[in-house]
Formats: sequence, structure tokens, C-alpha cells
Amino acid sequence: MSHARAAGRTAVRLGAAALAAVLLAACGGAPEGAAGGADGKVTVTVDLFGSFGYEEAGLYAEYEKLHPGVTVKQTDTEDEADYWKSLQTRLAGGGGLADVQAIEVGRIASAVQQQGDRFEDLRAYGAESLRSGFPEAKWAAATGKDGRIVGLGTDVGPEAMCYRTDLLAQAGLPTDREELAQRWSTWEGYLELGRQYQAKAPAKSAWIDSVGSLYSVMIGQQKERYYDASGTLVWETNPALKTAWDTSVSAAQSGLSAKLDQWSPQWNQAFAAGSFATLPCPAWMLGYIKGQAGEAGKGKWDIAKLPGGAGNWGGSYLAVPRAAKHKKEAYELIAWLTAPEQQAKLFRKQGNFPSATGAIAQIADATDPYFSGAPIGRIFGEAAKAAPVQVLGVHDQNIAQQITNALGEVERKGTAPEQAWGNARKGVRNTIG
Amino acid sequence: MTLTAPARTAPPPAPPGRAPGARRAWRKASPYAYIAPFFTLFAAFGLFPLLYTAYVSLYRVELQTPGDMQWRGLGNYTALFGDEFFWISLRNTFTIGVLSTVPQLAMALGLAHLLNHRLRGRTFFRTAMLLPYATSVAAATLVFSQLYGRDFGLVNYVLGLAGIDPVDWQTGTFASQAAVSTIVIWRWTGYNALIYLAGMQSIPHELYEAAEMDGASRWRQFLHVTLPGLRPTIVFTAVVSTIGATQLFGEPLLFEGSLSGGISHQYQTLGLYMYEQGWGFFHLGRAAAVAWVMFLLIVLLVGANALIARRRTRKEAGR
Repeated sequence: MSHARAAGRTAVRLGAAALAAVLLAACGGAPEGAAGGADGKVTVTVDLFGSFGYEEAGLYAEYEKLHPGVTVKQTDTEDEADYWKSLQTRLAGGGGLADVQAIEVGRIASAVQQQGDRFEDLRAYGAESLRSGFPEAKWAAATGKDGRIVGLGTDVGPEAMCYRTDLLAQAGLPTDREELAQRWSTWEGYLELGRQYQAKAPAKSAWIDSVGSLYSVMIGQQKERYYDASGTLVWETNPALKTAWDTSVSAAQSGLSAKLDQWSPQWNQAFAAGSFATLPCPAWMLGYIKGQAGEAGKGKWDIAKLPGGAGNWGGSYLAVPRAAKHKKEAYELIAWLTAPEQQAKLFRKQGNFPSATGAIAQIADATDPYFSGAPIGRIFGEAAKAAPVQVLGVHDQNIAQQITNALGEVERKGTAPEQAWGNARKGVRNTIG
Repeated sequence: MTLTAPARTAPPPAPPGRAPGARRAWRKASPYAYIAPFFTLFAAFGLFPLLYTAYVSLYRVELQTPGDMQWRGLGNYTALFGDEFFWISLRNTFTIGVLSTVPQLAMALGLAHLLNHRLRGRTFFRTAMLLPYATSVAAATLVFSQLYGRDFGLVNYVLGLAGIDPVDWQTGTFASQAAVSTIVIWRWTGYNALIYLAGMQSIPHELYEAAEMDGASRWRQFLHVTLPGLRPTIVFTAVVSTIGATQLFGEPLLFEGSLSGGISHQYQTLGLYMYEQGWGFFHLGRAAAVAWVMFLLIVLLVGANALIARRRTRKEAGR
């Protein structure tokens, strides 16, 4: 038996050696700045989610022309939730990070408060000088208590209401954007129009895509949502949240919704099929609508002012992780991409609404032929100016997901609202855990 | 083991010209050297993660701040057992497991029986059986979730032709679980059928001939010759399928792309629940606790399986 034991010890030692090798390989990574290359050529990697549209708007090509020797390489994940998950895993492990990583506004509090030290403090590169070009709210959200700047603001998500003129006409409703804005100046008015629509609507067509989107847009009109200014969780007692919930429940129970799950394949197909007549749309949604509804949808869509006042849904930041290989080049790139000229260009081509104050002025007169020539510069510009400065919290996105799920239960399964609300509470408790 | 261990015999004489001691030592040690690669890898990628997971499950660890570990004792486990969604996912795992495993193995058995006959293009059919297994889970699930679409799905379209109202395959509890199960069935039936086929071919042909002489129908032959002969194979597939069903993850995750297994957790399996805790909410400690509970559950299930199988064999032997 002594042989066996010796062999056993050897096996353990071999195992330990193998393990050590694996761990070493995992921790090592590339030494900082080593990949710059002797020939002065640098590839800056950019990792994004959804549709930032830089590539489509030709901004990378322009940047490469202005900076010979720099190549920009982009990767993109469609769903932000998937993107965030993988970013978290890579931040925790410290490997596989791109030179530029995007952060959604719903996550920026988490990035600043919990992971500030994993990102470069952009003050070191002179970001302080850019502060005056951005609205205070956009800038402050990415600034830590110690003054560190984690990211530069890209777009914001001022909201409006997108609608299908052809479907509204078939149901005998007005199609003029000014008249509609007046008729649905409140959410009650919007639901009332919805009931009229539903009474005479074309077959298999509903007033709104989902009550989840109704909830999201209403909550986007609030200053305080899930946390109060001191950082305490208040969502269970927040009257504004209760109103948004009740209105969404009422829409679900009146059968105004097409019961679709946003970002699902079914939702995508519904754009072309005309399954819903109205869709609350942040500026960045315009590009998405064009992509899903396609050429055939051109001229059928229009945009009016949002019921119940201005709101904001989404918007993003670009950050440079500590583990990035080309930090200086990465900073130069994001400073250029978020500069007013580029933001204005991006809005004209892709619809992402600029956060830089200089750019907002530049695009005031923009219209969009796809949306029946709607004055998008004016509509979204006014919404951006009037939108509240939101209190952001660490778990915003996950809490919103739980509530949207619960609304889905009411909408699609006919669950009693009280029970669904209870499920949302359990879900949130799990989230915060 | 005691029965199969060979009786000790004197070592064969060493060939001349070699030191007998070293040779004998090598002969005794060499099996360990041969199996060392597997056990080394197992220690690094199996045992170490297993133990480390157990360690992590006793702490509060968040993915965003992995360096900051707070001792929590069994807190993660008690929180788990107090969580309604854990029990829902446990129940779902069981129902989806039954919904997918039972029809799957029954169909595989039938298919194998048919393929065991002489028929034209046998090789083609046998290869075709493995095709679903060779497809990636992701691709298969994405196609199935399109088929099961509520508004534009093919399944509802066909049901509509038969005058049946569209079914919301993603929202209904039974409907969604049945839909997820069909993906599992589609992927694994052929695989199991081939295993059964291999088992069937080791059953002596004379038994069938004798049965035929006695005038047994094909069905009788299947019941009285094939099934008893296949018993060890069936036990094997049942064990493997049970483990697979307990770990079911890819299909429900991609079916709707939702971490919670639908809006009201209606088809969330344990695997998905673990993933939601770890990579949805970033509670690594909680996720580690779920992983360990799953591990113990599988050990328990496999043990029960083996026990039942042994009981059967003993009963047979006693008959």
C-alpha cells in the first residue's frame, strides 16, 4: 500500500502544480502598455451594448482618418442586461476588458459607488475641463463622492410618444401630432383615447405594445423612483411609483395592451405587423423602430409630445477600465466621441439624443422623414430641457425588472394586482439580498 | 469488488538482465501513472471548485466586490430555504424533468426497437438520430422559441387550423414547461435511442429465434426478451437523464431570454435560479449555496436510482 500512498501524494502534488499554473495564467494577463507595438500602431477596443450607432454613423472611420495609426475595433451586445453581466464578470476577474466600456445610466450609480476603483479616474487625463459642456445632472451621476470621474456622457433619453398614423386613422382618431398632444396631455387622456381606439381598432391591433413600457415611461418622468436623495430605498412607499403602477394595471385590465415583452423576438415582429398603435419612445428608440419596421414603415410613423410631462429613459456613459491596455488613446477617443460635434452628427444619423449642451443647440431644427417629418430636434429638445434630474441607485435596473415582470403577470396571466405586487416585493428582496 | 478482485498469485518470473525490484515497483505504480492525468484534471477543475464553492457558500460575497467576504455561516442556506422562488424552481425542475425524461426514454426505446429491425437505409436513420444531439442548445432553443411564438409562431398557426385558440407558450405554467420539455426531448431522444440500440444488439439473437418458435409476437418479444435484456442500459440512461434534468439550464434560459424563467418564474429551473442569484443579482455566496444544494440533490437522486435498480435485480435473482 505504501506505493499507492506515494502515488497518491504525487498525484496531489501534480494536481497542485497544475492548479498553480492555471491560477498564475489567469492572474497574469498582459503587462500594462506592452501591447502598444513598436511601430506606433494602436488598436483601441470598444465594447458596447444596444445601438450606439458610432459605426453606422461613420464616426470611427472619421476618427481613424484624423488619428493615423489608431484603429478602432468595436464589439456589441444587443441586450444591455447580458452586456452588464459579462462586464461584471470581467471586472471581477480583471481580464478580457476592452479599452472603452459603455455603462447605462441605470448602472452608473453601481459603477461609481461599488466599482469606482476598477475604472480610470478621468480627471487624470484632463476630463475636468469638459465639465462645462454637459448638464450638471449628466455629469454628476458619473462623479464619485471623492470627485473621481468614471465616465463621459454620451446620449440621453428624452421621451416622446411614437405612433402609427395609419392605424389611428383606421380607428377614426386624429393623426395630427399637435392635436394628439393636446388630447393626451395627461395619462388619463391617453388611456381614454386608447379605449376609443380599442373600440374601433383594426383586428389584432392594440393601443400600446406592453404595460411594461407604459410603466417605464411614467417612471421616467419622476425625480425620485426607487431611492430617495439620501440613498434610502423608498420604492414601496413612493406615491409616484404607485401612480405609475396603478395606471399600468388599469391599462392592462382595459385590454389596451398587445401583451408583448419588450426586446423579445415577438416584439420585434410586431413592429412590422402593426400589432400596436403607440409606443412611448425615448430618442434612442427611433433607430430601433426604423430597424424593426423597415422601409415599409416609412411615413407611417409620427411623433408627438409625451402625455403627463417630460421624462427621461436611458442614456449612457463611456468609461475606461483600469485593466485597459491603451488608456490614453481610449480617453482621447471617448472625449472625441462625446464632443458636441460628434453627438450632433450622431443624432442626425441615428437619433441618439445628445447630452452635450452645445450639441442640443445645433440640432434644434432637425426633422425626420421616416417619422412623417416630425420636428424631432424640437420635440426631444424640449423634453430634454424639462426632464427631471433623477436620483439614481445601485439596484435601479433590477428593481425595475421585477416590477415589469409583475406587471406582465397582471397583463398576460390576469394575476390579481395585489398578488403581483407581492411577487414584485419578494423579487426585489431577492435582488437586494 | 471483493468478488472480482483476482486471487493473489506469485509474480511472473522477471526476464533476465533487468533488476527485478525496479520492475516490480514500476508494475505496481504504473496504473497510477496512467490514471494520473484524469485525476489531476479532476482535482484542478472538479474537486477544487467543488470545495471552494462550499467555502464561498458560507460567506456573503457579491460579484461587484469579490474581495470583500463576510462570514454568514449557514445564512445563505436558511435564506434559500425560506425563499418561495427556490421551492418553485425545485418543483419546476421536477415537473420539467418528468415531462421531458419519461416520454424521451419511452420514445427512444420504441425508436431503437424499430431501428433494430432490418430496414433499408438503416445507417442513414441511425446517423440522422444523432443530428439533434449535435445541434447547439442555443440554436435549437432559438428556433423552438420562434415556433412557440404566441402571435406569429408555427405551432399556434397549426393549432389555429384545427380550430384551437392560440396558446401563450411562454406565459402559461404547463404550456411553457411542456414547450421547454419538447426541446429537451427533441435533442436527447436520438442519443438515448442509439444507446438502447447498442444494448439491444448485445442481446443474443437465439433468444428471439426461440421466442419466435414459441409463437411470440413482436410486441411479446419486446416485452419479454428486449426489456429484461436492456435493464442495465435503461438504468444507465435513467441515471444520466436524471442528472441532466436536474441541471437543466440552457433551454429554459434561452427560451425567452429571461433569467427568472418567465415573468412569474413559471419555468425557472434550479440551474436558472442559481444563475439568476449569481449573475442576475450578483450574490455569489447565495449562488454557491444553490450549487451545493443541487449537488446534494443529484447525489440523492442517483443513490435512489441505484437503490431501486439493485432492489429489482435482487428480486429477479430471488425469483
